[in-house]
Amino acid sequence: MDTFNTIILVFDSTVRLSVPLLLACLAGLYSERSGVFDIGLEGKMLAGAFAGAAAASVYGSAWIGLGAAVLISIALSLVHGFASITHRGNQIVSGVAINFIAAGSTIILGQAWFKQGGRTPALASDGSRFESITLPFADALSDVPIIGQIYSELLSGHSILVYVAFLAVPLTWWILFRTRFGLRLRAVGENPGAVDTAGISVVWLRYRAVIFCGFLCGLAGAYLSVAQNAGFVKDMTAGKGFIALAALIFAKWRPINAMYACLLFGFLDALAIRFSGIKIPGLFEIPPQFMQALPYILTVILLAGFIGKAIPPKAGGQPYVKER
Amino acid sequence: MAQPYSQLPRWVNYGLIPLVNLSVAFLVAGLVVLAVGENPLRAAVLMIDGAFGSGDGIGYTLYYATNFIFTGLAVAVAFHCGLFNIGGEGQAYIGGLGVAVGCLAFDSIFPWWINLPIATLCAAAFGGLWALIPALLQAKRGSHVVITTIMFNFIAASLMVFLLVDVLKPAGQMAVETRPFAEGASLPRLDWMIEAFGYTIRRAPLNIIFLLALVTSFLVWVLIWRTRLGYEIRTMGHSPKAAQYAGINTTKIIVITMMISGGLAGMMALNPVMGAQERLQLDFVTGAGFVGIAVALMGRSHPAGIIPAAILFGMLYQGGAEMSFEMPAITRDMIVIIQGLVILFAGALEHMFRPYISMFFGRVADSSLKAAPATTGESH
Repeated sequence: MDTFNTIILVFDSTVRLSVPLLLACLAGLYSERSGVFDIGLEGKMLAGAFAGAAAASVYGSAWIGLGAAVLISIALSLVHGFASITHRGNQIVSGVAINFIAAGSTIILGQAWFKQGGRTPALASDGSRFESITLPFADALSDVPIIGQIYSELLSGHSILVYVAFLAVPLTWWILFRTRFGLRLRAVGENPGAVDTAGISVVWLRYRAVIFCGFLCGLAGAYLSVAQNAGFVKDMTAGKGFIALAALIFAKWRPINAMYACLLFGFLDALAIRFSGIKIPGLFEIPPQFMQALPYILTVILLAGFIGKAIPPKAGGQPYVKER
Repeated sequence: MAQPYSQLPRWVNYGLIPLVNLSVAFLVAGLVVLAVGENPLRAAVLMIDGAFGSGDGIGYTLYYATNFIFTGLAVAVAFHCGLFNIGGEGQAYIGGLGVAVGCLAFDSIFPWWINLPIATLCAAAFGGLWALIPALLQAKRGSHVVITTIMFNFIAASLMVFLLVDVLKPAGQMAVETRPFAEGASLPRLDWMIEAFGYTIRRAPLNIIFLLALVTSFLVWVLIWRTRLGYEIRTMGHSPKAAQYAGINTTKIIVITMMISGGLAGMMALNPVMGAQERLQLDFVTGAGFVGIAVALMGRSHPAGIIPAAILFGMLYQGGAEMSFEMPAITRDMIVIIQGLVILFAGALEHMFRPYISMFFGRVADSSLKAAPATTGESH
């Protein structure tokens, strides 16, 4: 039974750790499917986390924090859109710029406003933080072996953003593959010329895609600072935006695959936390640094074409020029 | 904007437009300073004074500039080939491993002037090899070098922590670093250079690597604009298809360019590891690889632009540290914002002001034509 408990605990932290990846990954999915590469996921998530924690601590409401996170993240998305859609600048360069602006200004503003070395004040559990939700009957069922534990430990007891993240997966699939907007969004990422010929505005479609992207990055940031942790810590995304990007490639730009990829990377993270420094008897010790690097190594191997081929949206990274 | 941009004079293209972009970047940075309740003008004065007001200030400014020259050149060389190498950070980190391997092996055998070439070769080789896999994946598999170099930055960070903690750290030592290098790996300082201007230098670790950076800049200029390889790199950057038709082996060019770029980034490690700390420490790169992106964009990928851009960022780095003593609300992280703004306005929004500027010059040209219709030597 002890092994079973450990497994449940590892899976439980897998879920918690994969949520920010999943939200950021879906964010990138909208943007990149529309043909706008976005390596600024990291920066938007970081800015969202900071704005979320700052607003939540000042106003004492997690929901206001969430709103602030989403707003600031959408604002940065619009900067990215302005540079890469309106002014046809280099999308990668613009994304890099957003990452730096977010990294620097969260520290400077945090220090200036709260004077705690770049932290925001710790959020108390009086509504200024998203609490975990206990699903119906979770307590009653917790004594039932296996199924009860899976239900009460693994499925119940997460914050609302966790459920939102996992609901966003089928929703994204439905939007992208079952609505007219989704069809056009995918088309504009493959062949913007054809979309333009059909009389649909390429620019407005792409702007909507980056706004969706900003919204989801804001949720990811708010999850980090207002739900998973109680406050913002300097550089708290710590490369999660890039892991999300890796997951997006790993998932070949598909929403359901994205969920699996994020769960896989979250699982690796959970294992690294749980088993760091534990020696496997008779075998050599797996250094924790290897576990940390594994998502990146896996992505490189994928990109090398050893695990299927990841083909990005055809018009990705290219600004659309209407007339020539 | 149906009509093409009118031809602009060279000084506008290479002088005015970058200057306008930069000014906007610094203007926005000034607004951030204003937002945290400090006076931006006073901040600028404090910063310039901190960077150039004393011998140590100048020494540190040039010391940081040395790092940024190398990483800026690394990004620039890749830009000429149409590649975006974000992996300078990781390549420099692994380059530091090369420096340490070279120095730890020979520091008690040879004098510094033999150890420096060895360490330089090791640094460039390690950095270049770290760029090899992303280069091969780009050239052979078409997987985007941006993504793979980001991944390699993280892999490098993990690898270096592992190596320093488990392999390179002497047993029984607490600090995660190698043993200090011996006398033979100690590089000459350039204190005399600062003292020649009447300043005194006490702490600043400005060393001979600064001169190496200047020489390397010249060599990069020769490579890009005066050699056959450089011509092929630039052709590839302008049009991969044209390069292919011209019979240039594009796979080879991508791999060679990325390895040169990685090698240059790796050489950055000479300055902090061999020139200043004289041991290999964790996280010695401290973002210099990323500053290189801003430096290359600002310097328009030309060594003559990269050196002043690197000195400007060295000034921000050193002056920013001094400024934060006076203005505790503004820490050195301000430079990260400025870096981001420079990348945004000099890179992604490079052409934002161009239509207005060319409109202005178009009008000036029109009116001067009307004023003097006899002098129509040039056709537009």
